[in-house]
Amino acid sequence: MIGLNHFLTLSTILFCIGIFGVLTRRNAIGILMSIELMFNAVNINFVAFSRFVTPTALVGQIFAIFIITIAAAEATVGLAIVLLIYRNFKGINVDNINIMKW
Amino acid sequence: MDWIIPAVNLKLILPEIVVCLFAILILVTDPFLSKERKIWSAHLSWIAVVIAFIANIRLWNLQEATFTNMFLVDNYATFFKFIFLAGSFLIILISMSYLKREEILHGEYFSLILFSTLGMMLLASGFDLVVIFLGLEIMSVSLYVLAGFKRSDLASNEASLKYFLMGAFATGFLLYGIVMIYGSVGSTNLGQIINHITSNDAGSNLLIWAGAGLLLVGFGFKIASVPFHMWVPDVYQGAPTPITAFISAGPKAAGFAALLRVFLFSFTTIKMDWTMIVWIMAALTMSVGNIVALAQSDIKRMLAYSSIAHAGYVLVALVAGGETGVSSALFYLLAYTFMNIGAFTVVIALGRKGQDNTKLEDYSGLGSRSPILAILMTIFLFSLAGFPPTAGFMAKFYVFGSAVKSGFTGLVIIGVLNSLISVYYYLRIVVLMFMQAPVTRTDNERIKVAFCAILVLIISTWAVLQMGIFPQSLLSLAQASVSSIF
Repeated sequence: MIGLNHFLTLSTILFCIGIFGVLTRRNAIGILMSIELMFNAVNINFVAFSRFVTPTALVGQIFAIFIITIAAAEATVGLAIVLLIYRNFKGINVDNINIMKW
Repeated sequence: MDWIIPAVNLKLILPEIVVCLFAILILVTDPFLSKERKIWSAHLSWIAVVIAFIANIRLWNLQEATFTNMFLVDNYATFFKFIFLAGSFLIILISMSYLKREEILHGEYFSLILFSTLGMMLLASGFDLVVIFLGLEIMSVSLYVLAGFKRSDLASNEASLKYFLMGAFATGFLLYGIVMIYGSVGSTNLGQIINHITSNDAGSNLLIWAGAGLLLVGFGFKIASVPFHMWVPDVYQGAPTPITAFISAGPKAAGFAALLRVFLFSFTTIKMDWTMIVWIMAALTMSVGNIVALAQSDIKRMLAYSSIAHAGYVLVALVAGGETGVSSALFYLLAYTFMNIGAFTVVIALGRKGQDNTKLEDYSGLGSRSPILAILMTIFLFSLAGFPPTAGFMAKFYVFGSAVKSGFTGLVIIGVLNSLISVYYYLRIVVLMFMQAPVTRTDNERIKVAFCAILVLIISTWAVLQMGIFPQSLLSLAQASVSSIF
C-alpha cells in the first residue's frame, strides 16, 4: 500500500536533486530545468497532501495547477532571457556571464 | 460535494482591476502607435496609477474580505497600496525621459510596470498563501523582464539572468514552505493557519517549523536580506536605473507586506521562537550591507548595498513586533520609497546616452556644475543616512524606539552603530559634490533635467521634509493601518 510517506519521500528526493542541479550546473538551461524539478517536487507534495490530509477539499490540487501555470510563465521568460544572453554573450555558460563584480 | 459560488465584491478589488485593465490596454494599443507617439503609453500608465490611487482612497477604513476570504481589504493593505502606487507613479515619470534618452521607448515597459504593481497589490491584500504566491510571481516575472530591458547592454542582460535564476530558485523554497504549512494545517488561509497553531500547540509540529523557515527564505530573498542578498548588487547595477529605483522601492515593500502579515498575524503565537532567527538576520543584514557599501566605487552598487542595510532596519521592526513595530515599519517603507527614488532620480539626471556616469568620481564638483541638483542629492543622502530633520531620521527613530520598547536593546545598539558606519559612505558623496573640483572631461555641458524628473524631485523632496518635520499626520495614518492585523 502506497501511503503519504512514499509521496513525501519521493518529493523530498526530487527537491534535493533540483537544489543539487541548481548549485552544480553551469549551463543556464540546466539550471532552469533543475528549478522546474523543484517546482514539480512541490506539486507532488501538494497533490499528496490534498489526497491524504484534506480528501474533500481540492485546495492542494488547485494550487498545483497554479504552480504549473506559473512555472510555464517563468519558463517562457527564462528562455527568452537565455536566448538574449546567447546572442550577446555567444554562450550560456553562467561562469562566463560575470562582467559585474565588486 | 457541494459547490458554493463565492460571493465576490468587485468594489474591493477596483484598484487592481484598473491597473490590470490599463496594463492590457497599453499592450493592445502600443503596436498601433507610431514611433513619435509611443509616449502615449507612458501617459496612459500614469493615468492608470492615479485612477487606482483614487479608487484606493475610497477603500480606506474598510475591513472586508472577498473571494472566500482569500483577498482581504483592510487599512494595512490599503496603506501598502498607497506606497506601491506612489512609487510606481514616480518611476513612470522618471522613466519617460530616460527611455527616450536610451532610445528604448517601448510600450511594454509601462505595461510591465503596471503588471508588477498589480502583483504587489495582490501581495499586500493576500489573505491566503495562494494569493500571496500569485502576487509574488506576477510581480517578479515582470521584474525579470524589466531588469533586462536594455537589450543590447550586456550588464542589463546579466542582471536579468541573475535575477531570474536566483528569484526562481527562491520561489522553489517559498513553495516548499507553503506546502509544508498546507500539509500541517490542511488549508492555506492565513486565518485558519493561526487557528490551527493556537489550538494545537504547534510548537511541537515540525511541519509548521519547516514551513515557516522556508517561507522566511523565500521572503528574505525578495526583501534582500542577508544571507539571501547575493543577487542585489549585480541586479541593481546592471538594470536600467529607473528599474533599479523601482526594485528597491515597491517590491521590497511588497515583500515586507507579506512577510509582516504572515509572520506577525499567522505565526504570532510562536513569535518567541522565530524572533531569534530574525534577530540574527536583521543584525547581519544591517552590518553586511553597510560595511560592504563602504568599499563601493559605483553609486548604483553603493545604493544597492545601502538598500540591503535598510532592509535590515525594517527587520528590526519585525523583531520588535506589536502595533508600534508594524506601524514604524510602514512609516519606514514609505519614507524609504521617497528618499530612494529621489536619490535615483538625481543619478538618472547625471547620465548621458549610453553613458550612465555612475562612478563616484562623476559626482565630484557637482555642487558647482548644478547646485540645485547637488543640494537635493544632499537632502536625500542625509535622509538615507538618518539625519534630522529628514524622513530617514524619523523613520529610524520610530523603528529603534519600538525595538527598545519591546526590549531588544542589543539589536538597537547594533542598528545605531550601523547608522554611524553608513554616514561615512553617504557623506563621501556630499564631500565629493561640494568640496572637490569637477573632473576635467570632454562633455562638461550643462545638466538638463526633464520636466517630469523635476516634478519627481519636487514631490520626493517635499515628502522627505514633510515626513521629517511633521511626521505626525503620516505616522497616525500608519498607526491606523495596523490595528486590523492584531
